[in-house]
Amino acid sequence: MSENILHVENITMQFGGVVAVNNLTLDVGKGEIVALIGPNGAGKTTAFNVITGVYEPTNGRVDFQGQMMLQNHPTGKMAKAYKGENMGMYKHTMVKSPDAIAKLGIARTFQNIRLFSELTVLDNVLIAMHMRAKQNIFSATFRLNYKEEQRMRRAAMELLEIQNLQHLKDDIAGSLPYGIQRRLEIARALATEPKLLLLDEPAAGMNPQETQELTDFIVQIKDQYDLSIFMIEHHMDLVMQISDQIYVLDFGRLIAQGTPEEVSNDPRVIEAYLGVSEDAED
Amino acid sequence: MNPKVKWSIAAVLILLLLGGLYMLEQILPANSIIFTVLQKGAIYSLIAVSLNLLNGFTGLFSLGQAGFMLIGAYTYAVLTIPPESRAAVYQYYDGGIIDFALPVPVAMILAGVAAGICAFLIGLPVLRMKGDYLAIATLGFAEIIRAIVQYDKLGPITNGSNLLRSFPVFHSTLFPFIVSGICIAVICLLINSSYGRAFKAIRDDEIAAEAMGINLFMHKEMALVTSAFFAGIGGALLAMFQMMVQARAFTSAMTYEILLIVVIGGIGSVTGSVIASFLFIASSEWWLRFLDEAQFIGGMQVPFLRPGFRMVVFSVIIMFVVLFYRKGIMGTKEFSIEGIYRFFTKGRSKAGKGAK
Ligand SMILES: Nc1ncnc2c1ncn2[C@@H]1O[C@H](COP(=O)(O)OP(=O)(O)OP(=O)(O)O)[C@@H](O)[C@H]1O
Ligand SMILES: [Mg+2]
Repeated sequence: MSENILHVENITMQFGGVVAVNNLTLDVGKGEIVALIGPNGAGKTTAFNVITGVYEPTNGRVDFQGQMMLQNHPTGKMAKAYKGENMGMYKHTMVKSPDAIAKLGIARTFQNIRLFSELTVLDNVLIAMHMRAKQNIFSATFRLNYKEEQRMRRAAMELLEIQNLQHLKDDIAGSLPYGIQRRLEIARALATEPKLLLLDEPAAGMNPQETQELTDFIVQIKDQYDLSIFMIEHHMDLVMQISDQIYVLDFGRLIAQGTPEEVSNDPRVIEAYLGVSEDAED
Repeated sequence: MNPKVKWSIAAVLILLLLGGLYMLEQILPANSIIFTVLQKGAIYSLIAVSLNLLNGFTGLFSLGQAGFMLIGAYTYAVLTIPPESRAAVYQYYDGGIIDFALPVPVAMILAGVAAGICAFLIGLPVLRMKGDYLAIATLGFAEIIRAIVQYDKLGPITNGSNLLRSFPVFHSTLFPFIVSGICIAVICLLINSSYGRAFKAIRDDEIAAEAMGINLFMHKEMALVTSAFFAGIGGALLAMFQMMVQARAFTSAMTYEILLIVVIGGIGSVTGSVIASFLFIASSEWWLRFLDEAQFIGGMQVPFLRPGFRMVVFSVIIMFVVLFYRKGIMGTKEFSIEGIYRFFTKGRSKAGKGAK
């Protein structure tokens, strides 16, 4: 039980009549790299948004580090409109805001990069350290937190150095090339001192060489920061290389799960996902 | 640039400014229009910067600045009128129910605190909602508070719809400059602190800010309360400047004036707000005054010049500024010693290269 850092159980996310995620159950083990794959519109990002508190799930529960973090069941109008399963299995409602979940130790990146685009690279990272800094608005305003601020700046520069971004610290984040923005977003997520890192298509828009660098980088930070990683990714070579476990989503439903070999040989997966991309490549 | 050098230059400039003002007061007659412009400009600078903290740095749209100023002005006036003057001021309310007077600095801080408490209460329900409800709520608050203050039953405290006067005022232009200067400096310190970064993060992207662990509600409350606190102090200064307060004057038109200053100066630029305040006050109080008076050139009356024409010209100028300087005078840039230093050193090194 405590082996799993994240446990997602029977999560259904229904928007009006659209069931974006349908009865999803999955686990992320401590220290593992777990991938979530599936065709466009399968509900992968929606699953991330539920785990990070952006959406309240319609039904189901999520545990983090062996403790219940989220739980919900359809109520009001949704009780009638609900199209998912396991209705009535969850009696309680427990919601958390995204900042509370970040504080528990889940950090994320976004599919459509969401940096603080008008601020500098260094500020982007410093902002992610704000919530854990030992200070209040008075001590920060009157610089009584001088030591803490210095510590934050040092830690932020270290994170930038790992990513080889230190020379860009005073650049405006929004003006940087796409690939660098993606790397900065990971640095920013690491600055929240997470235990679980969610990456939404970290290699999107990267060339094969950049993708390989990113692959190595993900393994490196996982070991260095003692992380567990849960990622959505379309680059199959990246996924197959480093994943301990793969979950395949199609139309909101889990259609397969297992090790990279198991999944890549699963006929349903080949049909729903890999087959499509092979066709597309022809 | 070495921070020590920078701070020394800043200190020298501040001393020069204050010294210059002092000299001016010795040379010019006390009723010179220049002092009106400088004093009101300094006060409006503080209020504009306090609004900019919300609109420009936190991305919150508030229309309540006049309401917070009113709270500040009244709190200050009510708490500082000397007991011996109260019988005359509160003549319709038996001298009112307060028979003490607080020291000026204490009353000014309380003026800010009172405005801050109002802002906090407004924020409680409103800042939890997504969307721009704050603008509507603060606008409503400003309108309602004006009516409440004039409510007859509150007369023993607020003097109802009659004006408050006889409270301590300032006699030197240095006073509003120093008070506004200190307040603006504190706001700048806040903006450049970890909390200021969090505010800017909320402005840039709420979803990302929340994902980085920033509690949106708490930080918005902090920005709103801080903004109102300084608007309250600005209100107290304005009361002193006018030597009297009357709720009727704190209309939404006043808020729009301040909003306009912020837009003209550049949303997200402190120095822009300050420069725009002085320009705005100078144009409305001084430079364009002649437009309101009939002028004669060689016995011929110049057409259009009559009371009210000033506001027409003023509106046209504002329209041009907003149309052609959409980002305001300063954009989001700041006017800094470093910036000037860089400007000159760059110029010099280029010139040096040209010579060789
Ligand atoms: N807020 C929302 N309201 C209504 N429908 C939504 C909302 N968010 C997502 N959906 C729907 O849920 C479905 C899944 O979307 P999602 O973004 O999770 O897919 P995805 O697997 O991440 O796809 P991609 O690979 O393109 O990123 C889509 O049909 C989408 O239209
Ligand atoms: Mg997606």
